[in-house]
Amino acid sequence: MSNIGSYDERVKNFDWSISEKELGYKTGDVINIGWYCSNRICEMGKGDKLALLWENAMGEEKRYTYNDVRLCSNGIGAFLRRLGLKNEDRVCLFMDRVPELYIGLLGILKIGAIAQPLFSAFGDESLLVRLENAGTSAIITQRKHVSKVHKILDQLPNLKHIIIVDHDGKKELKEREVSFSMEAEKAEKLEIFPTKAESPSLLHYTSGTTGMPKGVQHVHYSLISQYLTAKWVLDLTGEDIFWCTADPGWVTGTSYGIIAPWASGVTQVVLDAGFSAETWYRFIQKHKVSVWYSAPTAIRSLMKAGEEIVKHFELSCLRHLVSVGEPLNAEAVVWSEKVFGLPFLDSYWQTETGSIMITNFPDMKIKPGSMGKPFPGITGTIVDPENHEPIIEPGIIGLIAFRPGWPAMMRTYWKNEETYKGKFKNGWYLPGDRARLDADGYFWFIGRDDDIINTAGHLVSPFEVESALLEHPAVAESAVVSKPDEINMEVVKAFVTLKPGFQVSEELELDIMNFIRKKLSSLAMPQEVEYVDSLPKTRSGKIMRRLLHAKEWGEELGDTSTLEND
Amino acid sequence: MNNLEDVILEYVIAEYAEEDDKVTYDTPLISGGLVDSFSMVSLKRFLEVKYKISIPDEDASPEAFDSVNKIAELVLRFTSKKQA
Repeated sequence: MSNIGSYDERVKNFDWSISEKELGYKTGDVINIGWYCSNRICEMGKGDKLALLWENAMGEEKRYTYNDVRLCSNGIGAFLRRLGLKNEDRVCLFMDRVPELYIGLLGILKIGAIAQPLFSAFGDESLLVRLENAGTSAIITQRKHVSKVHKILDQLPNLKHIIIVDHDGKKELKEREVSFSMEAEKAEKLEIFPTKAESPSLLHYTSGTTGMPKGVQHVHYSLISQYLTAKWVLDLTGEDIFWCTADPGWVTGTSYGIIAPWASGVTQVVLDAGFSAETWYRFIQKHKVSVWYSAPTAIRSLMKAGEEIVKHFELSCLRHLVSVGEPLNAEAVVWSEKVFGLPFLDSYWQTETGSIMITNFPDMKIKPGSMGKPFPGITGTIVDPENHEPIIEPGIIGLIAFRPGWPAMMRTYWKNEETYKGKFKNGWYLPGDRARLDADGYFWFIGRDDDIINTAGHLVSPFEVESALLEHPAVAESAVVSKPDEINMEVVKAFVTLKPGFQVSEELELDIMNFIRKKLSSLAMPQEVEYVDSLPKTRSGKIMRRLLHAKEWGEELGDTSTLEND
Repeated sequence: MNNLEDVILEYVIAEYAEEDDKVTYDTPLISGGLVDSFSMVSLKRFLEVKYKISIPDEDASPEAFDSVNKIAELVLRFTSKKQA
């Protein structure tokens, strides 16, 4: 029997107080995620239980009990306080998947500061716009990533401290740098900042269609959603070994890669290595992973590696598989059932929602390719794109919509209240995705309602890539769209016109690709650059991305009446 | 510099390594997390441009790109094919 039991019964009798009671929280109490994820578990007598088992590409392991996590996060909090950091200061985590990233997040939250995790593969431009927007006071990073910070340091007057977690003393510390050793700085005592339900906790940046990235602000009360969704969707129990493959630079990696499993007292494993089917299967076998939360891109990559390799590993430890990030295609669900004896269950949510919204539940009938049904307590529907009224008739495509008010919902976009307000229409929160409902109440994903590119589960803004392309000396104009990809669902494709004096060449294409990769990230790098003489524009001069997108996807061009020279 | 492995190694260090990353001919590039699957596309493109070859997607697996030595073997396979 799963934790959720009967989905229909849960929907009928749902109240978020179920989660509050289990966590011992009452309205008005102090609620601090850092404390809940470490101290509370120790106070429950589970201090010796393994909280984190970390392994890197060389097979080296580190193990942390819940008491270790408590002491280490206390140490980080105390260190930050000694530097003068206080509640609501923004502290960025910019690291590979090392233990300091996971435990550091708790340390930041314990002093009431706001954690700002950023993907360590970001280039200096991506880093700059996010640190600048947040007015970040400190960044915790590794020696290998420090050079990116120094490149942009002159433009970041608010960034007072660069905290290096692996300083070996071989090089002298530079301007604003300070060394920190998590092992050496453990602290038995730390005064936890008395954050309340609405105190800000995390700032996750997500891509915008027409503007720069937006800082999605979450609060400590998000724990209420994250805990219960982990219990009922991921079906976590005290005996599980849980592996969330997402990087904490993205919201899945914090909500379900740190907060939910640790607030539940579960043992989680982390692999700080690149992808290969053999590495992943060996990791599952070695650590007896029982619950696995991964992404469609990874699942499709495993499918590509074939079924034969699976037979070389003992994977009977797996008992529950869940997927997130992009729509999970029906073939992948069928394949995983055949190969692992278990279907991957698709789940849907986004940075702004903070926790799982629509999903397939354990013990519920699975329709391969479907997103499933709303989590109990979540009112979700499909609305008409024009009047934003719910569409009652099954099968009609509309916009996914949620009634606001669940605990993990974002509270605003950082310094961008206007855009935040624009996400609500007719009393519904609109995540920006299109879908349809079937007669049984299952949601079926159709696609984005804007130009944002979802590549391997990560959102990339065409605007951000186009802006960066214009900084390349050869590029006169640019337009960026998605193109289909067998593994990543979509990848970035750029159309460019060249400035006079530059010639079309393969070398130039490679140079443009690498330029974007270093400036933004590998995710944002165009996988293809197409040279064109001119870009399709409206008569008012606006580039019509829609036409380029249609061409890539083999779709109808639609209305071209506003096309220049048409 | 003419040696195939050296050219690839130099390119990998210049393009993908971060400060303090130690990269040798056998360093795991993909499984080690130095080059991700997206960046692998630009590495493949570099090889194709530099050696005037075309590497089919089915041959451009993470395993085939997992070290400088393995990449050199792959390039040799396609440059030999071209000569034949």
